[in-house]
Amino acid sequence: MKNLLILGAGTAGTMMANKLLHHLDKHEWNITIVDKNENHYYQPGFLFVPFGVYEPHDIVKKKKDFIPHGVHFILEEVKDILGDVNKVELMSGKVLSYDILIIATGAEVVPEEMQGMKDRLWYKDIFDFYTFEGAVKLSEKLKNWEGGKLVIQLSETLIKCPVAPLEFTFLADAFFEEKGIRDKVEITYVTPLSGAFTKPKATAMLNQLLEEKRINVVPDFYTMSIDNDRKVLISYEGNEVPFDLLVTVPVNKGDRMIEESGLSDDDGLNFVPTDKYTLQSKKFENVFVIGDATNVPASKAGSVAHFEGEILLENILHYIKGEPLSAKFDGHSNCFIETGHGKAALIDFNYDTEPLPGKFPFPFVGPMNLLEVNHANHLGKLMFKWVYWHMLLTGKKLPIPSHMSMAGKVTA
Amino acid sequence: MEPILFNGLTIATDEGGYLKDAKQWSPDLAVKIAASLRIDLTEKHFQLIHWLREKYTEGVPLTIRKVANSGIVDIKQFYQLFPGGPLKNAARIAGIPKPVSCI
Repeated sequence: MKNLLILGAGTAGTMMANKLLHHLDKHEWNITIVDKNENHYYQPGFLFVPFGVYEPHDIVKKKKDFIPHGVHFILEEVKDILGDVNKVELMSGKVLSYDILIIATGAEVVPEEMQGMKDRLWYKDIFDFYTFEGAVKLSEKLKNWEGGKLVIQLSETLIKCPVAPLEFTFLADAFFEEKGIRDKVEITYVTPLSGAFTKPKATAMLNQLLEEKRINVVPDFYTMSIDNDRKVLISYEGNEVPFDLLVTVPVNKGDRMIEESGLSDDDGLNFVPTDKYTLQSKKFENVFVIGDATNVPASKAGSVAHFEGEILLENILHYIKGEPLSAKFDGHSNCFIETGHGKAALIDFNYDTEPLPGKFPFPFVGPMNLLEVNHANHLGKLMFKWVYWHMLLTGKKLPIPSHMSMAGKVTA
Repeated sequence: MEPILFNGLTIATDEGGYLKDAKQWSPDLAVKIAASLRIDLTEKHFQLIHWLREKYTEGVPLTIRKVANSGIVDIKQFYQLFPGGPLKNAARIAGIPKPVSCI
């Protein structure tokens, strides 16, 4: 028997376990998946928790319920990957051998990376919403907060779901307006990027929204530290932004184990150097990487993991047969952007094509408008929670092709 | 942006002012681009510029953190050498394309 080992039972790992089970010969392959946490969080839902839209129980389920029968699930932390001898060592000392390894260990926020973040004000006046705990604590804070300077700050350019901080900002604007205290809240968006977003056409749309909603943007601000006494952010250039309530996106890093294993990219963020088209690791040919764990220049998001999943399945089957890895990932990413008051926008892009306006052909539901704010997109966003638990994790094909399509997009 | 006229050559740049062809770069051209950004190049600058060009040739995606791990400067010194947007300005002076901010 041969062993296919998956590290990480999050979105990407769980999806791959479900896909591979149907494509690998059960008499020839054992499939094992390892994860240190028993809970599976619907991460796109974290955004809604601070505003009371989702209750905590809406977004947590048990990982084991999504691992299919026939796949062996080990609930334990990985110590390191010994790529030269095709083995993985667990914290208990147990060693697993593999013929093929899939790294799907994701990304996590590391507030300790910035001086003054996880300090006296942590979870008092400084919150993140990229963790379950942070999102829940922030919802409690917002219930009674009476206003002041709200600052939303990004610590790095490379973060999970890059539109989430903007969505948070739009939802906060709507939340305070509905609460009747918008006039008492000054909202500032602080980013190391040169604008609200990286792609020009989407940035233009988003800038207009930010202006309409009276949200100040401080671009090119790379935060060095947070002064807890004076309640200010300090940049590497010595500029300052004061806050009463700080909602931060801490530095995002890959799993610590990646560094231990000597597999990290040299920016020290523990993402694994990966061929951006085939998803094969650059160091070992029988190691593949998917989802947030890679260093490919695409968004770290569930939709990307899904599109990568189709490609990776094909390439693993090619690899087993000794064929060239002919499936190529194009960087396809697709996301709804919540803009508040029951509306949202939709963007669709890849490595080479920025988000464009036009129509997005959504089978069954009908075409949706790209780069435009409307109610239908908001419903699409809410519907995605059902799609996630019932279709995406279980490895079913979604009616959206893996490769981005130009159909309906307006290029002029 | 307008092409750069330099030593009798017309050097094409993209809308952000980045060289369209990294091969047209020379240290003297770097001095000229840097001057337009009001930066006087020192040996330390050139050390970094050569490192950036090397990484670009290897196809390594560039980030401020990667520069900070280069052993040449830390983030604070990088900002002092190339004020404003250090990675963008350093890339322009090094004659390589604008580093992709991942989204």
